[in-house]
Amino acid sequence: MKTLFYLIRKELLQFKRNTFLPKLILAFPIVMMLILPLIANMEVKNVSVVIVDNDYSSLSRLLAEKMDASSYFTLKGTFSSYNEALSLLEESKVDAVLSIPQDWEKSLSQPHPQRVSISTNGVNSTKGSIGGQYLSSLVLQTMQASLGSQASIHNPLTVINFYNPTQDYRRFMIPALMIMVIIMLCCFLPTLNIVSEKEEGTMEQMNVTPVPRFTFIASKLIPYWIMGLLVLGEAMIIAWLVYNLSPMGSIGTIFLGALLFILTMSGFGLLISNISGNMQQAMFVMFFFVIIFILMSGLFTPVTSMPAWCQKLAYAFPPRYFIEIMRDVYLKGTHLVELWPNLLALTGFAAFFDTWAILSYRKQQ
Amino acid sequence: MTDEKIISVRELTKQFGDFTAVDHISFDVYKGEIFGFLGANGAGKTTAMRMLCGLSYPTSGSGVVAGFDVYRQAEQIKRHIGYMPQKFALYEDLTVAENMELYGGIYGMSRKVIRDRIDELLAKLDFESERNTLTGELPLGWKQKLSFTVASIHKPDIIFLDEPTGGVDPLTRRKFWELIFETAYEGTTVFVTTHYMDEAEYCNRLSMMVDGRIKALGSPKQLKEQFNAPDMDMVFRILARGAKRGD
Amino acid sequence: MTTFGSFVHKETLHILRDTRTMMIVLLMPVVLILLFSYAISTEVNNVRFAVVSPHYTSAVLEQVRHLEANPNLRFAGFIEPTEIDATLRQGKADVVLCYSADYDRISAGIEQGASMQLVADMSNPNNGTMATAVVQGAILSSQASLAAALQPDIRILYNPQMKSSFNFVPGVLGLVFMLICGMMTSVSIVREKEVGTMEILLVSPVKPLQIILAKMTPYFMISCLNLTTALLLAKYLLQLPLTGSITALIIISVLFIVLALGLGLLISVMVSKQIVAILISGMLLMIPVMMLSGMMFPIENLPHFFRELSVIIPARWYIAALRKLMIQGLPFLGVWKEMLIISVMTLGILSISLKRFNDRLA
Repeated sequence: MKTLFYLIRKELLQFKRNTFLPKLILAFPIVMMLILPLIANMEVKNVSVVIVDNDYSSLSRLLAEKMDASSYFTLKGTFSSYNEALSLLEESKVDAVLSIPQDWEKSLSQPHPQRVSISTNGVNSTKGSIGGQYLSSLVLQTMQASLGSQASIHNPLTVINFYNPTQDYRRFMIPALMIMVIIMLCCFLPTLNIVSEKEEGTMEQMNVTPVPRFTFIASKLIPYWIMGLLVLGEAMIIAWLVYNLSPMGSIGTIFLGALLFILTMSGFGLLISNISGNMQQAMFVMFFFVIIFILMSGLFTPVTSMPAWCQKLAYAFPPRYFIEIMRDVYLKGTHLVELWPNLLALTGFAAFFDTWAILSYRKQQ
Repeated sequence: MTDEKIISVRELTKQFGDFTAVDHISFDVYKGEIFGFLGANGAGKTTAMRMLCGLSYPTSGSGVVAGFDVYRQAEQIKRHIGYMPQKFALYEDLTVAENMELYGGIYGMSRKVIRDRIDELLAKLDFESERNTLTGELPLGWKQKLSFTVASIHKPDIIFLDEPTGGVDPLTRRKFWELIFETAYEGTTVFVTTHYMDEAEYCNRLSMMVDGRIKALGSPKQLKEQFNAPDMDMVFRILARGAKRGD
Repeated sequence: MTTFGSFVHKETLHILRDTRTMMIVLLMPVVLILLFSYAISTEVNNVRFAVVSPHYTSAVLEQVRHLEANPNLRFAGFIEPTEIDATLRQGKADVVLCYSADYDRISAGIEQGASMQLVADMSNPNNGTMATAVVQGAILSSQASLAAALQPDIRILYNPQMKSSFNFVPGVLGLVFMLICGMMTSVSIVREKEVGTMEILLVSPVKPLQIILAKMTPYFMISCLNLTTALLLAKYLLQLPLTGSITALIIISVLFIVLALGLGLLISVMVSKQIVAILISGMLLMIPVMMLSGMMFPIENLPHFFRELSVIIPARWYIAALRKLMIQGLPFLGVWKEMLIISVMTLGILSISLKRFNDRLA
């Protein structure tokens, strides 16, 4: 395919002469990989708590000690009045108020034990719900530990953490952030490239030649496929060097998934460029879809946390499958064979988008 | 000029919704001639040309270019024609030589043939000094020269030129037409649109489009006789009097 | 029509005729708000648990039955110890509950020791911790009705239904305004520069300032429309309280919109190619808003350096103010700080960009 060779050569020449793009492609992954993991942290930490202690028992003091000692919580103070504490909550100066009623410890060994109450600031609902749960857990653990044999409560459950023993949220996010880098580069750039040819008019000269549309499109996409895989490699190396994170499973699986994913997303970008007349349109439509993809595919929040109908919808989003592949291979060491449904789905999507993109490209209007 | 028809158009029409840009035009172009496609801006010339080049589907009518049908054989037509659009359409961030190489390669010429052809064309057009200049940096007249060169790089049977001399001084225009003459002399059929009526005199035959229809068809001499006009400019004015579209 | 009026008319026509973009521009806040309200959540709903038990004693089976009945838990089957890794790895369960061989005796108090072990998939630490907490709570409640009564009473204020939407609506507005007024405006202006029509406009008798203002006006109006849509959606569909000062909300939103327009203008003055405008707007406007404004990631969680950096990001203040007004229902004075900061930023950006624009012309 000599024509393909000439066209790809042209793409490379143009790329080299562009002052902005090469720097962007080199720098963008680095910046994202270094900065984003520090930011994209949905971990719940430093939940600030005040205690309203009306019990003054050894148990309530133990509770306060444990809270102080825990890295999850920051104990901001102890109050005797609930209203005082509540106003702090209102002003968003604390995240939670733990209120211990009078005679709490004593009541525990009686028929009708009193309950501790936790009030959280729901403005930041993630912190509110998770913080509340953690606090509740802590309370229960404290009770279990000290009451052990008294009430018929079992010895505490020991917990073993698989795959992320240090519970480092970054290990969870980094594989997904790599995907974001790929989406940005392999989705936006080819689209903008093609639409700018449309706008500048050079597409016209191309369309009047006998170049088959398949060849023309391939010449546009192939450089970006290669670039996408290289960028992924770059990102993985950074993850290894800076965060000491390397895949537990096979790198081959990752690159296979990546290839299929890049094929899909660039095909999707192509579709958008086919229906867009100018860059402003293309960019806007692209941004809209990319945001939806990113939010609905489980990159930042798990698909399993979505309501049932959303979860069904999430089957239609290609990034979802690749995010699973990345995380599973990186953190759990999942084997290629075990991931066959995801790989199959990605192959299907790639075939679908790429075929549609090629068919909808018209040399003759 | 020969008797062999190389372009044959019958009742060719293009409609955009309610608007009829090209209204049932019919004409023939003979091999080797310079055929002028005249008319005011907005008369429908570019639209008609794009149909002949396989860039646009006709709404109705028929067209045969270089022996191929414009509906179903557009890709084959493209192998045999060259096209110079009105708006400069080569890559501004490639050099003169790089653009020529690219299109030479696309039209299937071998490396050696391309190299030789580039040398030949650069010499002929007195362009050698700009071989490695980025196209975007060329002045307009030279861009047009380059555009023409790329259109003819593979020595096509027909070359379509859409307003090739727009926006340049009269001297440059004359020189460009010398180029056209040379190309026609070598046997290439030239199909050129223009709204400069003096250029009409240079054509073997021409047609005049008004509001999407062909209102006159023939050699410059024939048309001047027919309309009793001293020059093509007057012929145009007579025809354009009732025009609803255009300047 | 005045000169200015006809320019605005032209710009509006440009935009209206582009139906596809128009639809997305108006639809985007709606879709984003819906997405964020329903899809973005960190709640752990169904924790799937598998069980390993050397002996299937009646005590074990009874507890498992009890756990199964818990609405937040789903039983994923009994497995062998050797299958634990594969089960978690293949995502067939989120946790594996392992009963020791002496479970019956330990739970009866006859022996000491750990009677159960929970192996949790911690790849998502939030999920893992929540799952663990849920299972622990469920186990506790299965042991004695007494224990159930010991569970703390959790109350969530201001957002009792825990709707993430409340949290995200301000963020969505900030993002959409930045996108439309920042990115689209800059691309639109640079486009005219690239195509060359800007020069034609500049040599017309119209003052350059009028041209720019005319370009920005349609986007301003669209943003106001979006603001209205979002507020209506928030109030009636999502039932956001909106008890705070509406005046403050409108004023600060208008200020922010103008600020975003100013940023768009600034970018357009500095670049000459559309594609560069897009990429720079993306990097300098959109990404900081998504990452550092507190829209998705709580500012308190950010590392020190970024927390400091977020101070110069206008969206951060806008979103904070909006949350106070929309969710907590504070009055006008409650957001005086944010109001002041945004006003200062708006004036600053506008003066810089207008000055730059005039300099470029000279």
